Amino acid sequence: MTHSISLTVNGTKREIELNDPRVTLLDLLRERLDLTGTKKGCDRGQCGACTILVDGKRINSCLALAISHDGAEVVTIEGIARGDQLHPVQAAFIPHDGFQCGFCTPGQIMSTIGLLCEGQAGDDPERIREGMSGNLCRCGAYAGIVDAVLEAQANQTDSKQRRSA
Amino acid sequence: MKPFDYVKPATLADAVAAAAQPGAAYLAAGTNLIDLMKGGVSRPDRLVDVTHLPGLDRIEHLPDGGVRIGALVSNAGLAHDTDFAKAYPAVAEALLSGASAQLRNAATVGGNLLQRTRCAYFYDTASRCNKRAAGSGCDAREGENRLHAVLGWSEQCIATHPSDFCVPLVALDAVVEIEGRNGRRELPLEELHRLPGETPERETVLEPGDLITAVRLPAAARDFAAHARYLKVRERTSYAFAVVSAAAALQIENGKIKDARVALGGIAAKPWRSRVAEQVLKGATPDAQNFREAAQAALAVAKPSGDNAFKIELARRVIVRALTLATAGTPARISALPGSPFAANSGALHA
Amino acid sequence: MPELNPTQNPVHMRHGSNIGQPLTRRDGILKVKGQAEYAADHHPKGMLFAVIANASIARGRVTSLDIAAAKAHPGVIDVMTSSHKPKLAIDPDIKTNPFVFRMEVLQSDEIRYAGQSIAVVIAETLEAATEGAALLSPRYAALPARVGLDAGESFEPPVVGVGNPTAHVHGDVEAGLAAAAKTVEAVYETPPQYHNAMEPHAVVASWDGDRLSIDTPSQAMVMARARVAELFGIPAENIQIRSPFLGGGFGSKGFLTGPQILGVMAARLVGKPVKLVLRREQMYGPVGHRAPTRQRLRMGVDGDGRLVAIDHHARTVSSSYDDFYEPAAGASHTLYASRAIRTTHDAVRVDTGTPLFMRAPGEATGSIALESMIDEMAFACGIDPLDFRLQNYAEVEPITGKPFSSKALRECYAQGAARFGWDKRRLAPRTMRDESGLLVGWGMGTATFPALMFMAEARAAIRRDGSGVMEIGAHDMGQGAWTALAQIAADGLGLDLDKVEFRSGTSDLPDGGIAGGSAHTATAGNAIHNAGAAVIAKLADLATKDERSPLFGAGNTGVVARDGRLHRRDDESRSESYADILTRAGLAEIDARATGAADPAAQAEYAMHAHGAVFAEVKVDPDLGQVRVTRMVGAFAAGRIINPRMVQSQLYGGMIWGLSFALHEEAITDRRSGRIMNANLAEYHIPVNADVPALDVLTVDEHDPHVNALGIKGVGEIGITGSAGAVANAVWHATGVRVRRFPIRIDELLT
Repeated sequence: MTHSISLTVNGTKREIELNDPRVTLLDLLRERLDLTGTKKGCDRGQCGACTILVDGKRINSCLALAISHDGAEVVTIEGIARGDQLHPVQAAFIPHDGFQCGFCTPGQIMSTIGLLCEGQAGDDPERIREGMSGNLCRCGAYAGIVDAVLEAQANQTDSKQRRSA
Repeated sequence: MKPFDYVKPATLADAVAAAAQPGAAYLAAGTNLIDLMKGGVSRPDRLVDVTHLPGLDRIEHLPDGGVRIGALVSNAGLAHDTDFAKAYPAVAEALLSGASAQLRNAATVGGNLLQRTRCAYFYDTASRCNKRAAGSGCDAREGENRLHAVLGWSEQCIATHPSDFCVPLVALDAVVEIEGRNGRRELPLEELHRLPGETPERETVLEPGDLITAVRLPAAARDFAAHARYLKVRERTSYAFAVVSAAAALQIENGKIKDARVALGGIAAKPWRSRVAEQVLKGATPDAQNFREAAQAALAVAKPSGDNAFKIELARRVIVRALTLATAGTPARISALPGSPFAANSGALHA
Repeated sequence: MPELNPTQNPVHMRHGSNIGQPLTRRDGILKVKGQAEYAADHHPKGMLFAVIANASIARGRVTSLDIAAAKAHPGVIDVMTSSHKPKLAIDPDIKTNPFVFRMEVLQSDEIRYAGQSIAVVIAETLEAATEGAALLSPRYAALPARVGLDAGESFEPPVVGVGNPTAHVHGDVEAGLAAAAKTVEAVYETPPQYHNAMEPHAVVASWDGDRLSIDTPSQAMVMARARVAELFGIPAENIQIRSPFLGGGFGSKGFLTGPQILGVMAARLVGKPVKLVLRREQMYGPVGHRAPTRQRLRMGVDGDGRLVAIDHHARTVSSSYDDFYEPAAGASHTLYASRAIRTTHDAVRVDTGTPLFMRAPGEATGSIALESMIDEMAFACGIDPLDFRLQNYAEVEPITGKPFSSKALRECYAQGAARFGWDKRRLAPRTMRDESGLLVGWGMGTATFPALMFMAEARAAIRRDGSGVMEIGAHDMGQGAWTALAQIAADGLGLDLDKVEFRSGTSDLPDGGIAGGSAHTATAGNAIHNAGAAVIAKLADLATKDERSPLFGAGNTGVVARDGRLHRRDDESRSESYADILTRAGLAEIDARATGAADPAAQAEYAMHAHGAVFAEVKVDPDLGQVRVTRMVGAFAAGRIINPRMVQSQLYGGMIWGLSFALHEEAITDRRSGRIMNANLAEYHIPVNADVPALDVLTVDEHDPHVNALGIKGVGEIGITGSAGAVANAVWHATGVRVRRFPIRIDELLT
């Protein structure tokens, strides 16, 4: 039996025929929609490599059944840059060397975007560390990640101030 | 993962009917269930998706001063609800000390209550486990059991309940609203989870088809807001289950404890409300001596179930500390490291 | 053309235009956009999914599999088992060279460890293959599992590590201990640890007749290709391995593992491309791990607190079917001067996957014990741990008496201590608290790792348009090879980085050697450097022999390459561009190949090691025992630094691994079943962001004329050593409790 669901993926509405209700959002993206930027590190909600935004919130896509997210809006690492112009969070990771092997990086970046939207951490490094603790990095790029988040946070605050000025 | 039928009922009644069938399970966010299904620990034939049911995703402030939390409210949504966090700070702190931001964004209130143990032998399908396969035996009892239960365990099961959220909830007299085949009923959260005894496979008093629709906290629970904390000892600074945790909530008047609530996490198959500790504290002065006495009372019946005697002493100390922190007063803002022993001062240390 | 020995005499090169610059990662944009393609991201047309079924017993054999049940599952195409599989050309248990390790690829029903592969289900979807594997419901004939460091009779292995002697004796340790003014003795235990690179091992394999295309992460592609060739009986040149990005390796991707071969076999069996990706729990067995150890150390000092004897014995384990012995006691060879040093090893066999190289194999395990013991001895002598290390400073390599090729450890101690504020440390433990009452402890450790080199080859070319090409089958597993090696290439070719096309990451390129042993930048870098020098020499030869060139008669060593031009050494105003030289010669391109390898003469003469000093601050809750590292400073001397930004990141990473060794990582094995009970990332703890404090890395200048022409020592592993001990010593200093079993747990600190 196939199930029809509709997802908006990176701004594009997609009608998806699912021939199997077991497919997670992660496997849907990676194996059926050719969006392999989102990574599978543990498949059990224990590493954060698969972090995406669903309806604006960061979640582990490995533990989300696609079929249960009919109508959802999904944003992945492929959907945040505007052409050649990197998203400010993507841009911040490069000078701060917030990655080494790069495998956890899409998850780190999506998690950072989620963190900034949540607005709980501000510019407190300790709150950022806590808020980013759902994203493991075995290479140990945490220091650069925190610096990148701080820079992205500062840019966001600047542009908000500019807008309100 | 075993194939399953996927059902998306339109009404509560349809959901209950669909889930009452043998082999059916409710699906909410799935942060625990999908994990268990991937591990072969749970192999339901039918998933009844309740995520679209209307009306279960609201936080309602009730006329009597209490709060009613819909079962589909996310852990993060509840913890970051300003009014809720102000009224029930220990609950918010517990929520934020659990799992990761991603999991808290997805995981629901109802699902948190019903999450399964992290006992490695429960997860390892090649091991004997009375909880997973009734009557098969318990390989944890003589196994690697450093983090297992020290209260309320039986020879049949020494697993612990992993929830942080439930610990302050049970301390604050939370009530669970349930929709079942015979209509709606409610019961104190303290009565939801069962100790293992001879039937560890029966983890709760829920019957087939029963759906938790809401959790209520009574107005009286707000009276502890000024002195309520959750403390969680972990083996990592974050993103780790509790070795031992405790919720402590006090009402202090004229230098005396007018009322006290104490509950422990990570030490039994259910969130462990310690009324004996509360009795010690009521009417006493909030000082170290009385806190130690309360902690002694709370763990009086504890015994190691394996290589875990340290958890008894640790639990005593966690209670004493949680009471000490509660006495000092609820901080205006939840600390950067919720529930952590390093919470109080960490901002200064890491500036 | 005159003979040229560019390794010894890099006259054409001027470092500094690219080397030494803190460039950002050249693959950074790909990585932040999710466009860096890892093996599992490939999806060739018609591809099927393969999923391994694993043994749940640690020893015995499979007696039955319910293949019918698996095949009945919709979407399942085939089930590969020991009786239904493509035949291999050779028995994979035959060790055709010392770098071949045995693997389990369905050659029999025998089970050698829990989690071993026992079947592979191939299906149209991942979901079907996964459930198909679960439906096999294996039955077993089981034998008791052998678990732990006392599992059986111990024996002395013939070698430890890669060909290192099992025992080293220098001087008379027993006499030294007997005559010592003071002795200390202690036993330390380290647990089994698993690499847990964020990227699980994955393979996408496609056969086209006898030609094979493989996407799989590899730290040694050419070696991997040779292994595939011998196993499948096809010529190596028929095989193309692509490994442009590794999602971390840490040693676990140094050798092809059983699951990767199973993916290739599965593709052969079904005649279609196949993707096989390990689940996280499947990473705890067939891809290597760090073996547990029990180390007994004895030390003696004279009346002045100078070491007179170090005795370091390490017990470890290997699998029942292969040999790899963690060379833990070797850590005592090089660091501290002592008239007598003895290091010995013994081992028992257990039912586990074969332990293998894991980031700083031997050094990491040995270092935490040695640095703890040094700390214990310093305290027994009433001497500050830094002063104690300084007064036992090794001016020559203690075990051999060889001079060091360079050793700026004294500067590391001084600069690290100054940055940390070590002089304010109190000698006695449990004497420091912060304003909130947490116990504060300061500890230190010395870091060391040998400056190794393997063998690599590179091909350099200069094209008529003035651009350059450098080709080397090197590996970037996160250390930044694409960036650092390209910097070396640019300097080697005398070009700006953007004028150099740097090709890497596939097995058809010249052999880049092994990305391991902290030797990749040195080895591949010197191959690149030499290839650059060789092609410049050819170009110079063209120009200097051509009377139409302004360089005519300069002699081929009389020119310097810079910015795409050759300049006369004695008159830099006379120069000619690469493009002009090639155009006049009518050549589209000129190329040369060269190798990079250690110089045996220099190795015979000098001891070659990187060094460092790590200082750590921990806070410990005095009642609850929870520990948090709050500060770490590491000062390292590792020869020439090619890219300071990347090196800093590597050293940070290593220090975090050290922190993790001391406080977090441990695979917990059920003593009865031999199964690992925390084979996941929720309960096998690696540090999360909140565990990692402000880290401070200093690199101390070190000019080493002997290690290699570029003076590179390598930084991939040294960060762990010293750091693990520094954290452990800080915990002791905070609490007064000396924990000798790692990781340090709350239980032991509830005093």
